[in-house]
Amino acid sequence: MSAAKRVAVLKGGSSLERSVSLRSGARAQSALKQLGHDVVAIDAGSDLTERLHASGADAAFITLHGREGEDGTVQELLEAIGIPYTGSGPAACACCTDKVLAKHLMRAAGVPTPDFRCLAETSIKQLGAGAARADVEAALGFPLVVKPAHGGSALGVKFAHSPAELPGAIVGALSYDGKALIERYVKGRDLAVSVLDGAGGSDNGKPLALPVLEAIPREENFYNYESRYEIGMTTFVCPAELPPEATARAQELALEVYRLLGCHGVARVDLLLEESTGELTVLETNVVPGLTETSLLPQAADAAGIDFDALVGRILQSAWTR
Amino acid sequence: MTIDDSKRRARPTAHELARYERLFAARTSGMRSSAMREMMALTERPEVISLAGGLPDTSTFPPAAYARLMASVAKDSTARALQYGPTEGMAAAMECVVQVMAEEGTAVDPGDIIVTTGGQQVIDLVCKTLIDPGDVIVAEAPTYPGAVPTFGAYQAEVVQIEMDGEGMPIDELESVLDRLSSEDRRPKFIYTIPNFQNPGGVTMSLARRRRLVQVARERELLVLEDNPYGLLRYEGEPLPTLYSLDAANAGKDGAADFIIYLGTFSKILSPGLRLGWAVAPRPVLAKLNLGKQGADLCSSPVTQLFVAAYFREHDWRAYLEELRGLYRSRRDAMLDALQEHFGGRASWTRPSGGLFIWATLEDGVDTTDLLARAEGVAFVPGRSAYMDGRSGASSMRLNFAGVPEENIREGVRRIGALMGGDTSLIGALTGSPARADTPAPPAEPPPDADLADVVELPRRKQPGEARRRQGQ
Repeated sequence: MSAAKRVAVLKGGSSLERSVSLRSGARAQSALKQLGHDVVAIDAGSDLTERLHASGADAAFITLHGREGEDGTVQELLEAIGIPYTGSGPAACACCTDKVLAKHLMRAAGVPTPDFRCLAETSIKQLGAGAARADVEAALGFPLVVKPAHGGSALGVKFAHSPAELPGAIVGALSYDGKALIERYVKGRDLAVSVLDGAGGSDNGKPLALPVLEAIPREENFYNYESRYEIGMTTFVCPAELPPEATARAQELALEVYRLLGCHGVARVDLLLEESTGELTVLETNVVPGLTETSLLPQAADAAGIDFDALVGRILQSAWTR
Repeated sequence: MTIDDSKRRARPTAHELARYERLFAARTSGMRSSAMREMMALTERPEVISLAGGLPDTSTFPPAAYARLMASVAKDSTARALQYGPTEGMAAAMECVVQVMAEEGTAVDPGDIIVTTGGQQVIDLVCKTLIDPGDVIVAEAPTYPGAVPTFGAYQAEVVQIEMDGEGMPIDELESVLDRLSSEDRRPKFIYTIPNFQNPGGVTMSLARRRRLVQVARERELLVLEDNPYGLLRYEGEPLPTLYSLDAANAGKDGAADFIIYLGTFSKILSPGLRLGWAVAPRPVLAKLNLGKQGADLCSSPVTQLFVAAYFREHDWRAYLEELRGLYRSRRDAMLDALQEHFGGRASWTRPSGGLFIWATLEDGVDTTDLLARAEGVAFVPGRSAYMDGRSGASSMRLNFAGVPEENIREGVRRIGALMGGDTSLIGALTGSPARADTPAPPAEPPPDADLADVVELPRRKQPGEARRRQGQ
């Protein structure tokens, strides 16, 4: 293990995922202490910069989810202050958290992702984009899933089964973000592949795809915010029971997206295995995956024989390998 | 090794967590934290005008009186106040319950009362006593958001019946009960808030009260009559409680057969006391008592004695009258503000008492999303009043009792402004441009006019030449 460092764990903040972030942060703190590091916990608020200055930290360990933590804002700040930090840099953060941007980049690179369009509040208000709704419907058909372009919770995510439901769904999504992602609904199995930068050793620092995890909702309804974060609402299977070629393909896609979007240190790529076609498509990439008891990344690491402390240790290393 | 070190070693891995999952009771799957709650927590900032709470206004209670009452409890009853009390409650507190219920025209025998830790405990104890997993509770739609997690925790199946201006339609109730029995499902009790319903702001009519009591008797079903606000009536004649109607049917002894009555001191005195009560048929009461023994042995003697001292030394009816005056004018302020800022874009209830107004916006507007973009104002999104977490999306509950009038007006104005944003977006997306809030740009000048100011320069025939010349 490397020498003891002073590590500032950034958690909390004011996003809708605050409580999840606090739980992720607390677990990271405890693992970092276990690894012998000196830990300063910081609940990100208006005094964040001051506290970072005062902390004397050698590195910042980011467990902020949602806005600010994942969209590059905090990363830019840490660049400005000059404190090394875990995970992806500002550009990758900005690409990954903007689902629309990420999908355009994937589409351009030939990575399969469900068909989509985007309507922005400004274009509706100033460019008459409301009239483009019919074009979107004609291009994508129904049912559709409408999501805020940013954000990792189920808030603002709605199904539209028919044209009548689409305007409300778009306005709902726009309550959380300036852009609404309108995506073809893909019925299929929910998969996640976490990617970790190599530990040096045999994989020689190359990114490593962890075993594929499948999230199976307990109830036949929408995979919702609650079930995603509470024990018992969703069953997780890791490694997922998939044909070997599907597993290989999912991991390959995750690594491709990880490189494409410029991720660093760690990321979790969410995919769908479409029921009707057996095709894999990539939905989105999370640059600050949760570290709670029920989060997917720790489970995937565990399945790969990387215990939680080791996982946190490897994420910490990413602060110095940029 | 320190104790701390050994604690740290116990960190669970994912495999161990799967083991814990097996240890959790199946009912925990019905216990959900909601994203909405998360969002509500974010609205608890001083600059936010919260119309979201279920709060009465406790600032009107005179501090000197509070101090005197606490002193008298301390001086007169130290040992009793600091001791366990009987599970069913202290006689002195029951005496107050009898007075409060008499004020609503309901005679009750102290032997039929159990004093509880807030009215909320009654809901919990009733579920504990009556509900096996899968049993059905019939409730109003919308229903009290605070009952939703309790029903969920006992794995009840809740069937909600949409109210109209007179409360729960009993025809509808009967057809639901028929359907349930044909499906071999077991309704155990009907949950209703007949007065100034939370969150609906609706009051059940006398005719429906009579029929509900009749239906309960005919089908031998219990009704949980949740009545926290009955005495907070601002206009009109009080209606008899379901309890008193059923007791009249039952005969001489004056106790109801099929009504469990829930009361509380929270809205007429203070929610901080955590003191409520149930009045129930004796066999049910005995089970509630056993349930309470397991839950908390007894409600706090300190607060029971406080209430007793308050009833003894103060004119509680006068304080109630003062509250009614205060809340009435706040309700009126909110109704005026709604007319001004929601007019034509929403409908809302006009409660003749209680704490809440239920406003329903245009279809397609989701008030959970509206709350997400709200700045400086909070309300309870309608979805929290439905078990499925999806219905009621276009409604919201507004509390008028806990906030001064100027804040009510400003809060409603802020919500109105938010709605305006949503409505114009919906308008733009559905092709009703009349509602768009951005004015169309001025009429375009004729096409040729666009070019009028362009100075036409001679075009170079060979651009390559120009580049060479620049290079010199």
